[in-house]
Amino acid sequence: MSFTKELIPQSPPPASVRTKPLDLIRKRLFGSIGSAVSSILILYLLVRFVPPILNWLIFSADWVGSSRDDCTSGGACWAVITARFRLFVVGFYPAEDVWRVWIVLALLPVALAFALVEKIPFRRYGLIFAGLYPLIAALLLAGGLGLPEVATSKWGGLLLTLVCGLTGIVVSLPLGVILALGRRSNLPAISSLCVIFIEFVRGVPLITILFMSSVMLPLFLPPGTTMDQMVRALVGISLFASAYMAEVIRSGLQSIPAGQYEAANALGLSYWQSMRLIILPQALKIVIPGIVSTFISLFKDTSLVLIIGLYDLLGIANATITDTKWIGLSNEVYVFTALVYWVFCFSMSRYSLFLEDKLHRGHKN
Amino acid sequence: MVANKEASLNRMRFSIYDAKFRGLLMQAIAVGGVAAFAFFIISNTAQNLLDRGISTGFGFVSSPAGYDVSQMLVAYPEPVTHGQMFIVGLLNTLLVAALGIILATVIGLIMGIMRMSLNWLAAGVAYAYVDSLRNVPVLLQILFWYGVLLALPGVRQSIGILGVAELNNRGLFLPSPVVQDGFAVVLVSALIAIAASVAIAVWARKRQKLTGQTFPVFYSALGLIIGLPSIAHLAMGSPMEWDFPVQKGFGFNGGMVISPEFTALLLALVLYTGTYIAEIFRSAIESVSTGQREAATALGLQRGQMMKLVLIPQAMRVAVPQLTSQYLNLTKNSSLAVAIGYPDLVATFGGTTLNQTGQAVEVIAITMGVYLGISLLISVFMNWFNARVALKVR
Repeated sequence: MSFTKELIPQSPPPASVRTKPLDLIRKRLFGSIGSAVSSILILYLLVRFVPPILNWLIFSADWVGSSRDDCTSGGACWAVITARFRLFVVGFYPAEDVWRVWIVLALLPVALAFALVEKIPFRRYGLIFAGLYPLIAALLLAGGLGLPEVATSKWGGLLLTLVCGLTGIVVSLPLGVILALGRRSNLPAISSLCVIFIEFVRGVPLITILFMSSVMLPLFLPPGTTMDQMVRALVGISLFASAYMAEVIRSGLQSIPAGQYEAANALGLSYWQSMRLIILPQALKIVIPGIVSTFISLFKDTSLVLIIGLYDLLGIANATITDTKWIGLSNEVYVFTALVYWVFCFSMSRYSLFLEDKLHRGHKN
Repeated sequence: MVANKEASLNRMRFSIYDAKFRGLLMQAIAVGGVAAFAFFIISNTAQNLLDRGISTGFGFVSSPAGYDVSQMLVAYPEPVTHGQMFIVGLLNTLLVAALGIILATVIGLIMGIMRMSLNWLAAGVAYAYVDSLRNVPVLLQILFWYGVLLALPGVRQSIGILGVAELNNRGLFLPSPVVQDGFAVVLVSALIAIAASVAIAVWARKRQKLTGQTFPVFYSALGLIIGLPSIAHLAMGSPMEWDFPVQKGFGFNGGMVISPEFTALLLALVLYTGTYIAEIFRSAIESVSTGQREAATALGLQRGQMMKLVLIPQAMRVAVPQLTSQYLNLTKNSSLAVAIGYPDLVATFGGTTLNQTGQAVEVIAITMGVYLGISLLISVFMNWFNARVALKVR
């Protein structure tokens, strides 16, 4: 017993792993010849190009003005954005009714918070509110119940982008669940119908689907009926998103172990009961990051509606460039628009990473 | 008794409490519903087409198109028909998709490896590239680059590039090769060089397996593929010459031109898809278990060798399915060409032809069919490739 102590000699204390900052810089920037060469090259390019770009973007930019001629300092002409800011946010929405848009935009974070944050007070009522939010928003934006109507052709800018994106996600979630369940169904006719729809939609570009919904949908309807241009685009976007959503949800369904299905069967639950109570709650939770990334691509893809003649954020940007007062300011307008998209998509992708982290922790415990 | 029970289990009862019957019933309802919906749509469409006086059928493909496109990879005699415009558009789509896939893979590989680099600056540049460009819609990027290219100086103030190419707002003017008699010999010598390189590679691998000796395959192949055609070229008295673009008035004579539309589309597609491919390569390489790296280090492999011999072959298994879907996305996104007027399939056939003939049903069906076909081909090829690199389970 006593000799064990001698057989395992005391280890020396570990060498200090802390390195001096200067050593770290030497190692991480000039670790080898190749590394040093690329460091110097990158540093040179940064020094050469970043200051002029910053100068153009910020330091010598013009911020206010009423036309292109007011921009004299040689930098970016941000006056085009500040002068037409409302156009970028709400499009041609009439000025006397624009308060309705502000209410809708202000309620959006509230609804999202109730829907996404688990530990929030009054969540029960909040969830009902979040469920009703699309209806409230549609009512406020389009009018009705005493509010004057605003034609959808006047909607535009960020508002239209958000409407397209959120409609796409709200419609595609339930449709995606149904399609995913259908694809995994034992009934051959139902599963093949779902497979055909999903693979067809995923195999063609969104722009052809938008063309189809904008050109062919009027032909599909009974003679004499008309359909709003924006609604047609929404139909196309929603069908497109549903196919992608179905695949995301199917991956969640497949990751549920067979034991869960068998246990639900053993409890005597019917197919719909076992899906509703056992399978879907688990599967949907697993695929939340996937749903968020589907939403990010959907949000970016809504910019395609400009090709069928709607004025979303990018559509307004394009219209601004051809405006005679601001003609030729494509760099400013596109950089600003890109920044808006970037802020939305980047924050959503960070949120998705955060969720993935949280879910992983759940599994490790 | 038992047989009786089995028979009763197998026999279907015509009641919704019988699972088999219920299944059949639901399928019948689903198929019937879809059929009824299809009938509704088709009858409405037929009626609407009749009301609007739009002709049906595929006769329009052989009627004259009556419009011009700027980039035709095959020369058709005038008048060009709608069917020939379809081929023109399809080839333009395939050109931009094929080039885009190759360049996006290259840039994705470079950026993916840079992001894992020990060098802070290199990793930072790759990180900034990936996180900035993947969060901006590709259509916006296409329009942005198009705007940048159109804002270049005019023909008279062209920017010369190394004295061989000229860049201005009409495009990139490059020298074009002019082939004379005897060039076939150069081509044949190039083919021989490639065949010899393959043979050397096979022989070197065999020898390394038997004896452990390595052979500089890369450099010898490089020497062969560059050297042999050059010698043939000189021996035949330089049968290929370059036709340089010469400025004349408001244009250029000679050479060839790459249009701003093509450049903007290709640039945006490559940079956008490159961000996704960089992330795919990075996550695939990181997914290889640490034990593999440690084993490679223990064997004394250097960082480059470890990448090439241990990490990348295993990472490819993870990367291939994701790469497939990015290649498909790039091909589908090339249809955004319609926004800047690059004459791809959607812009020529799906756009102008549709507007001229009004035959939306036929045109959109053909266009969608082509994309479905391309998607199918790419997935079949990548599945074959995936089966080759997949882990062989015995």
